[in-house]
Amino acid sequence: MVHVQPLQGQTAPDVPRDADHPRDSLIAHFGADKPLKLDAGLELSPFQIAYTTYGTLNADRSNAVMVCHALTGDQYVAQVHPVTKKSGWWETLIGPGKSIDPARYFVICPNVLGGCMGSSGPASTNPKTGKPWGLEFPVVTVRDMVRAQAMLLDHLGIDTLFAVVGGSMGGMQVLQWAASYPERVFAAVPIACATRHSAQNIAFHEVGRQAIMADPEWRGGRYHLEGSNPRRGLAVARMGAHITYLSDAALHRKFGRKFQDRENPTFSFDADFEVESYLRHQGSTFVERFDANSYLYLTRAMDYFDLAADAGGTLAHAFKGTQTRFCVISFTSDWLFPTSESRATVHALNAASARVSFAEIVTDKGHDAFLLDEPEMSGIVRGFLEGARKARGLTGR
Amino acid sequence: MSATTNDFDAAKIARNSAGARVDLVLVSQMVTRGAKVLDVGCGDGELLHLLGESRDVDGRGIELSREGVNECVAKGLAVIQGDADTDLADYPDDAFDYVILSQTLQATRHPRAVLEHMLRIGRHAVVSFPNFGHWTVRLQLLFAGHMPQTDILPYSWYDTPNIHHCTIKDFVQLCNTIGVKIEKAVALNAWGSPLRLNAPWWFWNLFGEQGVFLLSRKD
Repeated sequence: MVHVQPLQGQTAPDVPRDADHPRDSLIAHFGADKPLKLDAGLELSPFQIAYTTYGTLNADRSNAVMVCHALTGDQYVAQVHPVTKKSGWWETLIGPGKSIDPARYFVICPNVLGGCMGSSGPASTNPKTGKPWGLEFPVVTVRDMVRAQAMLLDHLGIDTLFAVVGGSMGGMQVLQWAASYPERVFAAVPIACATRHSAQNIAFHEVGRQAIMADPEWRGGRYHLEGSNPRRGLAVARMGAHITYLSDAALHRKFGRKFQDRENPTFSFDADFEVESYLRHQGSTFVERFDANSYLYLTRAMDYFDLAADAGGTLAHAFKGTQTRFCVISFTSDWLFPTSESRATVHALNAASARVSFAEIVTDKGHDAFLLDEPEMSGIVRGFLEGARKARGLTGR
Repeated sequence: MSATTNDFDAAKIARNSAGARVDLVLVSQMVTRGAKVLDVGCGDGELLHLLGESRDVDGRGIELSREGVNECVAKGLAVIQGDADTDLADYPDDAFDYVILSQTLQATRHPRAVLEHMLRIGRHAVVSFPNFGHWTVRLQLLFAGHMPQTDILPYSWYDTPNIHHCTIKDFVQLCNTIGVKIEKAVALNAWGSPLRLNAPWWFWNLFGEQGVFLLSRKD
């Protein structure tokens, strides 16, 4: 149904392996002298972080904005994606004249640790064996991702971020940044996220992982070595997850019970309904750009995320004494990270006497709303950052 | 229903030559410079903005209406969506120097609990409210025999968000009941001018269209 054009000069998507050499990206290498200490109790060394930047760092290095991507996002936040050729995933928010304008801010977007677009992860080459890590790669956490990002910041010679912005798993990183490095974050914008992953969300992730692992092509995670690829398993995982990013109302509005290119049911298990066809398309395009093992690792990292547990059981303690200003945003129809989760975050921030703004935006577009053109969200992010800029003394540029 | 932008008709409140609402100016003058302030029911953020500009305060707000909140946040104000009746409980003791309840008391479900929380969270509280003892209100009930409607309280009885009206006298009594110290009290007439300071309470209760009170804990 979907015809993927072979990329020029390539025979398969994993040659020249974006997992090691991502196109149109910068790469920070961390050698044996700079190991990454992981929550699992191991050290990762050497490792690399792929990232993109937009705009210019000002003279006193105070205008840096880190953008954290979600589960299946990557560093191509405001530029054409080298694999899919689609425009950047947050160009509604980032770009000339947008809420986060590179004319004002130095935007940094790293690929997460455990990802598959150039930062070290299960799809990367294990330097010790010269072969892809696969399941030999250590299990990482959101805190590990942020630790690696802090090392990237050191590498760039930037002490303090003006702001950290992200949605969903990106929002978890934002909250982790504020908890781990409060003195390095002036303003934080966690969108459509939570301080912990709920049982329901862990359950959804587990279904996705089981779909991947049930695919015979997965080969116990050794598919890179054995020349196979668990496309069907990963596609099913994506299809299931994609439903959770939408809403009943949005699905109904978009597809209803409409048939796909036919008048009547075929009395078969073909994709009779438009919504089925749409999901299959989502699944099949996803596998062209994403690594199945990476999907296992990143969903696991989200499952493990629990800021309150890290702070001795009391969420407010995670933000004790914080001077960071927060802008928490949620969406009415988001049932993956419902407003109640954001409200719990806000309550904890209030209890910590943090300077916090919180807005809930009315939409029927579900969790995905944060990635779509939501003028109200753009306006709020713009206004919040403007206020923070004044407080930071960054105006006049 | 409480703490909305629509509790009363702000457009009908007197404004000074600089265009600022006189009641808000009066409230802001009760707040010390540079203080940490929580504005409960902050509406579109006019008072928070005024406090930031004129008193250099570190201001936060709670607002029930989503439109009000989003407007405030887009202006760069630290405002959250929340309800005075339920969300004040989440704030720790002594988190603020002043907690302000501007024209919102009459729309809360539990005015006494709200007031007690305000003085737990903040060392001082500033409360302003429309006085239901004003002579125009009294005359409407007495002679016209219907629930009073005024310029600043334009609602019919069946659709008003204002469920706990009180008079200045009632409010003073509540302060006495819960052991709150009245540091300062001002009554404004319909033109937004303060009534004579040495006037007796009954005079204020009859001729004050709004009461503005600065409170503190009695200890």
